[in-house]
Amino acid sequence: MEIFMGIMGIDLAAPVLYTLAGIFGLLAIASITTLGLAISQPKTDYSELKARIKSWWIMVSVFSLAIVLKQPVSIAFFMMLSFIALREYFSLIPTRFSDRRVLLWAYFAIILQYFWIYIGWYGMFLIFIPIYMFLFLPMRMLLTGETEGFLNAIGTLHWGLMLNVYTISHLSYLTILPVSGNPIAGGTGLLVYLLLLTEINDIAQYIFGKLFGRHKIIPKVSPKKTVEGLLGGVVTTTGLAIALAPWLTPFDLLHATCLGLLLSLTGFVGDVNISALKRDLGIKDSGTLLPGHGGILDRIDSLTYTAPLFFHFTVYFYYRGQWL
Amino acid sequence: MRRIINIMLFLTAKIIVLILGLRIRHRERLPTSGPAIIVANHNSHLDTIVLFSLFPLSMIQQLRPVANEQYFLQQNRFLAWFARRILRVIPVSSDASNCRDFFKSCAKVLAKRQILIIYPEGTRGAPEHMSEFKMGIAHLAKQYPKIPIIPIFLHGLGKALPKGDFLIVPLLCWVCIGEAMYWNGQKQAFLQQLVGRMQTLADERLLSA
Repeated sequence: MEIFMGIMGIDLAAPVLYTLAGIFGLLAIASITTLGLAISQPKTDYSELKARIKSWWIMVSVFSLAIVLKQPVSIAFFMMLSFIALREYFSLIPTRFSDRRVLLWAYFAIILQYFWIYIGWYGMFLIFIPIYMFLFLPMRMLLTGETEGFLNAIGTLHWGLMLNVYTISHLSYLTILPVSGNPIAGGTGLLVYLLLLTEINDIAQYIFGKLFGRHKIIPKVSPKKTVEGLLGGVVTTTGLAIALAPWLTPFDLLHATCLGLLLSLTGFVGDVNISALKRDLGIKDSGTLLPGHGGILDRIDSLTYTAPLFFHFTVYFYYRGQWL
Repeated sequence: MRRIINIMLFLTAKIIVLILGLRIRHRERLPTSGPAIIVANHNSHLDTIVLFSLFPLSMIQQLRPVANEQYFLQQNRFLAWFARRILRVIPVSSDASNCRDFFKSCAKVLAKRQILIIYPEGTRGAPEHMSEFKMGIAHLAKQYPKIPIIPIFLHGLGKALPKGDFLIVPLLCWVCIGEAMYWNGQKQAFLQQLVGRMQTLADERLLSA
């Protein structure tokens, strides 16, 4: 067994493993419940719910595999995630034919951004896209000589790089944070905590919205978002944040409460941010990668806000003065 | 030997499609056996590769793309060898005088229960722009009224690899497969119906993106 664990590279802290097991347990319960509902009420259509749960199985399994295996694998996993998201984004927005080479450079930036994480170069990880790519991409774009639509092209390109690569790469950097800041479960514990809260918040908002939703928040952008849904999400997420904190993180009660509020509110913002983007482009789902779940942009929308905010909150309060 | 080439073709198509990313609508409308005629709009060299990737390994052998003789077979020897031996293209000349040979080879291919892949625009043209369809497809439809003609609209490949470039940029490709069509009795009307069907497929893509 010891040898097997060594080969597979399983070196996760026990709380992380138990949390993953718990998530799989919840999924099993959800599957069984849906099956029971479908049998007892054959007239109602449960295909959308089934599709959603199936997608959750896929996502949780792939993600678990990525973090259970050794570090390069999980870094490669988030790199792929950024690539798929950026590719979807570039395919949905209008781009100029003259910028095809510039798009290739943007893709290349993904490899470099995750390479900084792999070698643990914290400073470069922080400034590479906001500074170096910000300065380099317009320069490369100038060389094509095409000035018509220049501002639009460079603006949308860099926004996409920030949204799909920079923010998501913070998830990956969590896994290489030194264990000293979180002796119970390490960086992976923080990652699981963040992902679990963000996703539960999405689900809770959806369920509370469906059950009690009355007052629309921003009907022009996202007609399904209601005050009741948002509040349900905030309460559920904050409760869970407090309950899970001693198990997976170094956060005390005050910090866990603040994080619960921060993640649930900004997760909501990330969600409607992508909704606004899609509305502007005139599309409903950003793709059909996962059944019932739309495209990858619809999956990472909340994370684009929660990941960097959670990361910097944690680093500020628990890794301050430490070498990163 | 053929088997190895088929496997290589299959794997190459799958890898390229993995880099690009595909969004397929109505996969169930693909033919599961020949004979059949696939009609697609043409914007990129990737078109043929993407169409190949839609089929299982066992059917690669049956796919026969139609290709411009002047471009593929008379330019350089390597390209000619590749088109003939690897892709097993059916040459069609851009000058109309030798179209008889072309229809003869189509007859042979369809008699062998294979699947013809044809681009009625005749050329890749301007990126992401569908030009006028040529009459050849209507002629084929008339000759084989019982063979299904499946329209497929491809979107995005003209940007991933447009005419005149050699670098592939990873961008999603939408493959919208239409319902099988058959000969309706009149050439011009058939062509119009086909173009109309393509347009509907193109509009459907925008609804779901």
